[in-house]
Amino acid sequence: MRRELPVALAFAVGVLMIVSFFFTSEPLVEAAKTVQNWGVIIAAFALGLASVNLIQIHARRIIRGKGLDWLYSGALIFSMIGIALLGIVRGPTHRTYQFWFDALFVPGQATVYAMTGFFIASAAYRAFRVRNLDAAILLLSAAVLMLGNVPIGEKIWSQFPVIGDWLMNIPNLAGQRGMLIGAGIGGIASGLRVLLGIEKSYLGGSSS
Amino acid sequence: MTLVKGRVFSFWLLLVIIGCLIYSMWRAKKGKTINIRKIAGLDAIEEAIGRSTEMGRPVHYCPGIGGIGAAEAPQTFAGLAILSYVSRLTARFDVPEIVTIRQPEVFPMAEETVRQAYLEEGKSDAYEPGNIRFLSSQQFAYAAALFGIIAREKPAANFMMGAFWAEALMLAEVGSEVGALQITGTAQLSQVPFFVASSDYTLIGEELFAAAAYLSRDQMQLGSILGQDMAKVIVAAIIITGVISRTFGSTFLANLLSK
Repeated sequence: MRRELPVALAFAVGVLMIVSFFFTSEPLVEAAKTVQNWGVIIAAFALGLASVNLIQIHARRIIRGKGLDWLYSGALIFSMIGIALLGIVRGPTHRTYQFWFDALFVPGQATVYAMTGFFIASAAYRAFRVRNLDAAILLLSAAVLMLGNVPIGEKIWSQFPVIGDWLMNIPNLAGQRGMLIGAGIGGIASGLRVLLGIEKSYLGGSSS
Repeated sequence: MTLVKGRVFSFWLLLVIIGCLIYSMWRAKKGKTINIRKIAGLDAIEEAIGRSTEMGRPVHYCPGIGGIGAAEAPQTFAGLAILSYVSRLTARFDVPEIVTIRQPEVFPMAEETVRQAYLEEGKSDAYEPGNIRFLSSQQFAYAAALFGIIAREKPAANFMMGAFWAEALMLAEVGSEVGALQITGTAQLSQVPFFVASSDYTLIGEELFAAAAYLSRDQMQLGSILGQDMAKVIVAAIIITGVISRTFGSTFLANLLSK
């Protein structure tokens, strides 16, 4: 029963969502909306559970007091509880709450995102080392594409942008669409296995 | 109750694909032996965990940063299915396993998956709940926290299976810097090149979805992979018919698709 009930529920909800996507029926659409709202409520509870996990892990690190770990963990718990309380008491639109969000969180996110450029350079260095024919083709295509996308490339040879566009729109797009179709059908098969209860690893334990 | 305009063809195509899948699963159930090609990335999982055992370093696993309520849900489920297999192996070989989670709703599922895997291996005492870690529901806060975990705990094997976005390359590069054997997989096409560049093995698109069937060796699940191939043949036939008919000026198929 521990496994059968969740599988039966997953099947019923899955079929409801599929049918409400394809058919124009007001009761079905309403039922699907209600189920989606339940999902939001469950996700909110899950956030509470996850927050407890975060506090447990970092409280343990504070108690252990190893190196500077306790300080980082303390800062995390203090800021997490502080911001949560501020949001609950003053509301998320209050200027103090907004200040901490805009002054600390937004620049932090932007900083991490900005690091992508450096990681692309190191990954490109590794990928473009000519070790075999495939890597040589990759290097050549990338070089032509890069030259096609910078003004100096066009100055060197006017055909660089044309070849670059061809590479992106013909071989690259054809490969991507092939993968997309395969992944789409794979997704449908995966969904069907879950709905029919053939694949139950998400409930814990082995796959079948 | 009528079909929504613009989704009629999709509906019938979905039914045909489901028909192919059910037929091939039925054949597999009746005893037809299904063999699928080797997937190097999945075969390397055991090697990666063996490496962690020898080096005395942990294994890191991330089932993607996507949730279970959107288009990327199948990838998250595939990530959890592989997590189950990886956890069984880490339990068997007594290797610490760190699982990092971004989406709160995935957290209890990952926790239960790992706990059950340890239980099935008879190693429930070795299960450490503190190793299943929710980091943050914010994309780059999660990424930053994971950079720190990988740099500090230096896993010998890094598994990232599921939906990833802009953080994919950064995470794989950090794993590469600490010398982890990396096995990654995603169906997010924009992230596949980054994983290929930074990982030792990458599961591309449908390989990720086939993982659960491949690892379980369950004939019914393998049958669904055969059904996928049948569906792909049908889709390819529609594409070829479309190309030919359009070349000769016919708009019949284009009109049919838009119905």
